[in-house]
Amino acid sequence: MSRENIAEAAGPLAGACPKVSRRFRLQWEEAQQSWVLLYPEGMVRLNRSAGEILRRCDGTRTLETIVGELEQSFGASDLTADVSAFIDMARQQQWLEARAGRP
Amino acid sequence: MNAPLPVTPVASPGPPLWLLAEVTYRCPLHCAFCYNPVDFARHDSELATEDWLRVLREARAAGSVQCGFSGGEPLMRDDLEILVAEAHRLGFYTNLLTSGVGLDARRAQALREAGLDHIQLSFQDSTRELNDFLSHTRTFDLKQRVAGLIKHNGWPMVMNCVIHRLNIDYVENIIDMAVELGAEYLELANSQYYSWALLNRDQLMPSRAQLERAERIVNECRQRLGDRIRIFFVVPDYYETRPKKCMNGWGEVFLTVTPDGTALPCHTARMLPGLDFPNVRDMDVKSIWYGSEGFSRYRGDAWMKDPCRSCPDKEKDRGGCRCQAWMLAGDPAAADPVCDKSPHHSKVVQVVEQASDPGWKGGAKPLIFRDLRRSRELGALEKSAADG
Repeated sequence: MSRENIAEAAGPLAGACPKVSRRFRLQWEEAQQSWVLLYPEGMVRLNRSAGEILRRCDGTRTLETIVGELEQSFGASDLTADVSAFIDMARQQQWLEARAGRP
Repeated sequence: MNAPLPVTPVASPGPPLWLLAEVTYRCPLHCAFCYNPVDFARHDSELATEDWLRVLREARAAGSVQCGFSGGEPLMRDDLEILVAEAHRLGFYTNLLTSGVGLDARRAQALREAGLDHIQLSFQDSTRELNDFLSHTRTFDLKQRVAGLIKHNGWPMVMNCVIHRLNIDYVENIIDMAVELGAEYLELANSQYYSWALLNRDQLMPSRAQLERAERIVNECRQRLGDRIRIFFVVPDYYETRPKKCMNGWGEVFLTVTPDGTALPCHTARMLPGLDFPNVRDMDVKSIWYGSEGFSRYRGDAWMKDPCRSCPDKEKDRGGCRCQAWMLAGDPAAADPVCDKSPHHSKVVQVVEQASDPGWKGGAKPLIFRDLRRSRELGALEKSAADG
């Protein structure tokens, strides 16, 4: 509850730092060699890139930071459009909090 | 009895992602649609706390990640908090499937502290309780109190109501009540016809008109309520023409451990003849999952007969439910008679037509409620039939 209040207090900057929703638990699963999102009686198994993006959605990183980290980790460039599209989709799926905290 | 089929193991089945821990068959309720075995009274030797802790560790090591604590009523066990705490420590997502009976503020807090992730609260009903519920009396008070505890502890709230002929006309009341109690999800799951529900099939099977009306109302409610609540509506298998992929594939995802330690690919598989299911007292979870005959028998599609063997949908539905095939076709390796390609499909159609006939009298028969005495009687009947 208190975390939500802090996020609301973040005001106009809210949304800058995507954060996995409290309704889901993101977890690395050794047996599946993948990141998964757990929720009541269910699980979403994430592919590698989805896992790498979502594990960075911890409410402290901006979209730009996330893209920068991914580009560095994977020796890629121009990932902004792909990451943004995924984050939009993740918001629609309600995997991410509607409001996110500031860095 | 059928000759044992050759076992062709699936090359590499995935891990048992879902562990259903049926910690007890004891239950304060007497639901006429209960899916516990009719002869549950014969299986009253419950695993001890240490056994369950070991099962949790072994299952987690084998890759299980969702853990459901179910029953009977799991709150009947006073070590539930210990089991939940260990499951949480191991990294399971922990679900408690309960009627709410026995959940007070003290236990709710203890479960919260143990790390319980979610409670699925069911509306149980016998006819009297159904009346209570519909008239917002005793049951409503209990559910309201428990729903308050769920909210207070910050758990997501999933409500489940088993739907049948006697309550299907009131789905709108049930939906409104779930909204009033603050549920985020509501499962309106029509009874499926196994165990106690099969004994009561004449009384519980809705008519086609009832089912169609209920589906229409649910859709209207979804429109009206928008994002306030997500409503799932599951129709009875008997109204389908293609079977479900039962348990998401035999031995592919689900592992049920019953109160006495029997490991099953689904919670009703114990009824199937000619199969020896392992017990967690004798075998570790990995060996059970990957190496036991009971889990391998109907994995994949090598065991299939026609029409399944040559069916283009065989990967999609895996031939449906083995228990339904056994109950309705007398052969656990047959196509699920829910499928209209099954030579036994007419039996399913007959049940539906009968239930849909306005002159049908079967619906008025008295219900057989689940209780210990009745379970002993029915268990003795089954045993003497098997001995004979």
